[in-house]
Amino acid sequence: MANTRKQASALTQFEAFLETLPEPFLLINPSRRVELANTAARELFGAGVHGMPALALLRQPEPAAALESAFFALEQAAAPQGPFEARLESFGTSLETTYAMSAQILRPEAGLRGIVISFRDISHIEEAEQQRRDFVANVSHELRSPLTALVGFIETLQGPARDDAAAREHFLRIMEREAGRMTRLVGDLLQLSKVESNEKVRPRSLISVSEVVRATLAALRPQIEVSSVTVHFEDGSTGAMIPGDRDQLIQVCMNLVENALKYGASGKRIDIELCRQEEKPGMPGPVMRLSVTDFGEGIDALHIPRLTERFYRIDNHRSREAGGTGLGLAIVKHIVNRHRGRFNIRSKKGEGSTFTVVLPAQ
Amino acid sequence: MPSRHTVSSFDGDLQQIEDALHAMGGRVEQALTRAARALEHRDEDLALEVIEADRVIDAMEEAINQNVVRLLALRQPKAQDLRLIIAVMKMADNLERLGDYSKNMAKRVAPLSAAQQIPGAGAAIRRQSKQVGQMLQDMLDAHAMHDVARAMDVIERDIEVDEMTNALFREFITHMMEDPRSITSCLHYIFIAKNVERMGDLVTSAAEQVVFLNTGAKTGERIKGRSTAEINLADVREGQE
Repeated sequence: MANTRKQASALTQFEAFLETLPEPFLLINPSRRVELANTAARELFGAGVHGMPALALLRQPEPAAALESAFFALEQAAAPQGPFEARLESFGTSLETTYAMSAQILRPEAGLRGIVISFRDISHIEEAEQQRRDFVANVSHELRSPLTALVGFIETLQGPARDDAAAREHFLRIMEREAGRMTRLVGDLLQLSKVESNEKVRPRSLISVSEVVRATLAALRPQIEVSSVTVHFEDGSTGAMIPGDRDQLIQVCMNLVENALKYGASGKRIDIELCRQEEKPGMPGPVMRLSVTDFGEGIDALHIPRLTERFYRIDNHRSREAGGTGLGLAIVKHIVNRHRGRFNIRSKKGEGSTFTVVLPAQ
Repeated sequence: MPSRHTVSSFDGDLQQIEDALHAMGGRVEQALTRAARALEHRDEDLALEVIEADRVIDAMEEAINQNVVRLLALRQPKAQDLRLIIAVMKMADNLERLGDYSKNMAKRVAPLSAAQQIPGAGAAIRRQSKQVGQMLQDMLDAHAMHDVARAMDVIERDIEVDEMTNALFREFITHMMEDPRSITSCLHYIFIAKNVERMGDLVTSAAEQVVFLNTGAKTGERIKGRSTAEINLADVREGQE
C-alpha cells in the first residue's frame, strides 16, 4: 500500500515537472500506454492521447522500432538501456514537421517505472540543408547560362565567323555583356558572403546618410542620364550622423536606385526621400528613414514577400536582360539587418513601388 | 479495452490485430510522405525504397487477414467484437491500397525525372499528398483514441482534396495545351493527382469505419466535391484568364 502511495506521489511530482517543459514529453507506463503527456505533447498528438497504446501513437517504422527496444530494456535490466532514438515525421496543422525522438528508461531512483520520450523539432535544420542545396543549384545555373553563351561565341569566332569583321564586332559586344554579367554575379556573391559573415557585428563609425545618397547619385549619373528618368532627392536629414558602414550603405542605396531605373523607368520619375523620425514603433530611439519610390508598373502583391530571397525573380527573362543578378535585394536585406534596421516594400500594381529602409539613428 | 472478456487471451488476440493495424498504418504514412518527397526532389533512390517497402505492407495485410480468419474460426466473436474485427479487416484493406498508390507514385519518379520538368508540379502534388497524409494520420489517431469527432472531421476534409485535384487537373491541362512537349510529364502528374484523390476517398472510408465502430451508426451521405469527370475545356480557358 505504502508503495503505491509513494508511486502516486512520484507521478504527481513528475507530471508537474513535465508541464514546465516547453518541448513535448510523454511518459509510457510498463503496460505500454501513455501515462502522462505534457501540454506540448497534447498539442502535438491531440487531447485524447492519455491512455493510448504507445505503439498505436508512435506507429511509424523507425519510432516503433525504437519503442520496442525501449520496452525490451524496461523488462530486461541486463539489456542495453538506451537512449533509443528515431526520426518521427508528423503533419502538424499546417506544415510537415520532423522530430528527433528519444526514448529513455526511467532510473530506479525515480520511484516510477516507465519510459520517458522526448521530441525535438529538427525541421529547421533540414530546411536549412534544403536551402543550401537550392542555393548551390541556383548559383551553378546562373553561372552556366552566360558561360554557355561565351563558349558558343568563341567557337563561332574560331570557325565560321573567323573572317567576318561585322559579326566579330557584334559577337564581341555580346561576349562583353555576358562576361560582365558573370563578373557582377561573382561580385554580388562575394558581397553577400562578406555581409553575412559580419552580420552580427553592428557598425560603429558615424556617417551621413545624406552624403551616402549624394555619392550614389554621382556614381549613377551616367545611367540616369541615358534613362530619361528624373530623380528627385528630398533631404530632410539636416546633416544628422548615424552609426553605419558607408560602403555598405552606398551599396544599399545603389541597389535600390538601380532597381528603380531598371524596373520602374516607365514612370519617368524616381523620388528619394530622407528624413529623421523621433520615434518609430518597434524601434528603440530615433530613426533615419530612406525611401526610394518609382512610378513604374508596380509589383504584384504575391511576389512582395519573396523579393528578398536569393535569385527570386518576378520575370526571369526581363531581369536578365536588364543585367540583374537576382541578389540585389538579398544584399540590401542583409546589410539593413546588420545595421539593426528595417526594410520594407510597398507596391501597387500600375502605380509604382516604394522601398523603405529604416535605420536606427543612435 | 473498456470491458474484459472471460477468456483473457481473447483480449490479447484483439490487441494484437489492433497493434498490427497501427504498425501497418505507420508504414503507409511513411510510404506516402516519402513518395511525395521523392517526387518533389526527383530522388530516385528514395523512390526505390518506397517501392521495396510496399512488400512489407502487403505482407502485413496478409498477416492481419490470417489472424482475423483464425479469430473468427476459433472464438466465433459476437456483437462489438465482431464489429471490431470486421472493421480492422476493412481498414487493413484500405491501408494496403493506400500503400499501392504510394508505390505507384514512387514508380513514376524515374520517368518523370527523365521527362520535361513542369515547374512547381512536384510541390503541388506534395501539398495534395500532405493533405491526404494529415487525414491518414488523424484517422489512425482517431481509431487509437476512439475519437469519433476527429474521424468525422477527417470525413469532412475529403472535399478539400477533391477541390485540390480539380485545380491540379486544370493546371496540367493548361500546360499541355500550351506546350505539347509537356504531355508526357503532365499525364504522369494527372495520374498521380487522381491516385492521391482516390487515397483521400480510401482514408475517408476507413474513417467511416472508425465512426461505425465507436457509435454503431453509419455516417450520413458524404458531401462530394466536384468530380474531375465534369471538367471541360471551357473551365480550363476560364481559369487561364
